[in-house]
Amino acid sequence: MILSDFNLLSIRVLVPEIILICSALIILLLNLVVKRKETLAFTGLVGTLVSAYSSFKLYALSLSGSEFMGMFAFDGYSIFFKFIFYINIVLTIFISIRYISIEMASFGEYYALLLFATSGMMIMASATDLMVIYLGLELMALSTYILTGILRKQVRSGEAAIKYFLLGAFSSAFLLYGISLTYGLTGTTNLKEIAVAMETLNLLGSPVFLLGLIFFIVAFGFKIALVPFHMWAPDAYEGAPTSITAFMSVGPKAAGFAVLGRVFFEAFGSMHVQWSSILIPLSVLTMLVGSVTAIAQTNIKRMLAYSSIAHAGYALLGIITGTSEGLSSMMNYMLIYAFMNIGAFAVVIMLRSEGFMGEELSDYEGLAKTRPVASSLMLIFMFSLTGIPPTAGFIAKFYIFMSAINAGYTYLVIIAVIFSAVSAFFYLRVVMYMYMKEPKAEVVLSTSTAMNIALTVTVVSTLVIGVFPSALIELARMSLSGF
Amino acid sequence: MPGTYIPINYLPVLIILIAATLIGLAPLLIGIILRPRRPYPAKLSPYESGIPPVGEPRERFSVKFYIIAMLFVVFDVEAVFLYPWAVAYDKIGLYSFIEMMIFIYILLVGYIYAWGKGAIEWE
Repeated sequence: MILSDFNLLSIRVLVPEIILICSALIILLLNLVVKRKETLAFTGLVGTLVSAYSSFKLYALSLSGSEFMGMFAFDGYSIFFKFIFYINIVLTIFISIRYISIEMASFGEYYALLLFATSGMMIMASATDLMVIYLGLELMALSTYILTGILRKQVRSGEAAIKYFLLGAFSSAFLLYGISLTYGLTGTTNLKEIAVAMETLNLLGSPVFLLGLIFFIVAFGFKIALVPFHMWAPDAYEGAPTSITAFMSVGPKAAGFAVLGRVFFEAFGSMHVQWSSILIPLSVLTMLVGSVTAIAQTNIKRMLAYSSIAHAGYALLGIITGTSEGLSSMMNYMLIYAFMNIGAFAVVIMLRSEGFMGEELSDYEGLAKTRPVASSLMLIFMFSLTGIPPTAGFIAKFYIFMSAINAGYTYLVIIAVIFSAVSAFFYLRVVMYMYMKEPKAEVVLSTSTAMNIALTVTVVSTLVIGVFPSALIELARMSLSGF
Repeated sequence: MPGTYIPINYLPVLIILIAATLIGLAPLLIGIILRPRRPYPAKLSPYESGIPPVGEPRERFSVKFYIIAMLFVVFDVEAVFLYPWAVAYDKIGLYSFIEMMIFIYILLVGYIYAWGKGAIEWE
């Protein structure tokens, strides 16, 4: 073992994660003495912002290569994803404050776990070694399991957590098996060294190596809810507190895509033919099951769960292309998806008030007459999720389809566009319910300043990115330089 | 086989695995070969200090046991990490000392948290 490579300067690439974990620990301790849980939300927010600032400062140093003996990178790719995670957690905290007091789940642990989960995602995005990927994945997953079941008094929350936990643990086993097979053949867990070992040991045709690759696809398929590994998603999304549904439909998914991109492009780059031929049917199935099953849903959280499955199918096109253009459009997709999806969930959360769940589609009947502002926000988010210009969702889909066409996957794009049209049915049905039906009862909205900030940020981002996408596209392209 | 990488350093682990399996199986096999086989109902019944077994062996345990068990696992794992660290300490020096202190302080926060939440109190 070379221990001289471990120098104290290496720690600087970990500073953003260290700040997040320290804030989470502070929240855990404050939780014992502080009665007002809003203070803890504020502490979490401050911790996240300090961490984001340190990431920004580190990026200015323009470090390249991996520290800690090639285990942890701080490159443009990871920083782009880290900012998706920061946006995710900040918006989640904003939409949570009022909501979890209505659900009577104002635990300090809630915010600590959000921070722990986010630091796990950040470790995943930066990891360039399979063991570090596993470490980050478990930190993220264990925290989200608990967050899913945090409504201890509700049976369905506990049920969701158990299902999520069992299938998540199962997928972790797949990942470990894949890692052990890869390690057994190459003698390393480092992504770059795996790529080198593949050439020198001539592993391209090895069936065991291919089996390891398949295990990786299964494990990450669970995390990003690809069909047929999506079984946990609808139940977990429905049972979890709505703010956590928003959190985990964006964060863990983006983290899964970040790892998928890095592992397949860096370690298995020369096996593009093999993994893309596995991913293509998965992506078609994912779009099919996600879009078609969503039509049958009457619960809006379940509908958005299936919509999130379908979106994973579209974003997967970016990985399948195997080009850096595809990868950067996948990154754009994740960022845009974060804004529009959390926005849609924020509206769902607003409908939840004391004694009223507001989760059924019929609760949206005639909402435009009684609550015009909330309805128009929901309209924008639904248009964006469908992919209608001038919203950001259109840009996301446009660039991902274009990269797939440039890489020669025109037939896949045709399939994706067809399912996109199918998905318009269930997204626009919400709009139809709001604008073309008569209201049944007065709906009370639970608003707060924090919620208004979150809604403003999401709706402005959705529209601004939709109209002026070039800055974001350029940013994603720049992040990939040196990847 | 296309790959030529053989993890030779792990050979002792393989030998220990095989030896452990053999040592575990050997007494059972020797017992089967040597002991006289004369089964009767009292001999086949589960041992419960001479009293006939009553009720199902599966019962619901109080959740308190699980909390204690979880706390035990956490601090047990801490000890598992401390031993190799202490053995290799003169080779890895100050850096690992700082790392171990960070690890212990994180566990300390967990300890204070568990204490404050009343996880250690039995009643």
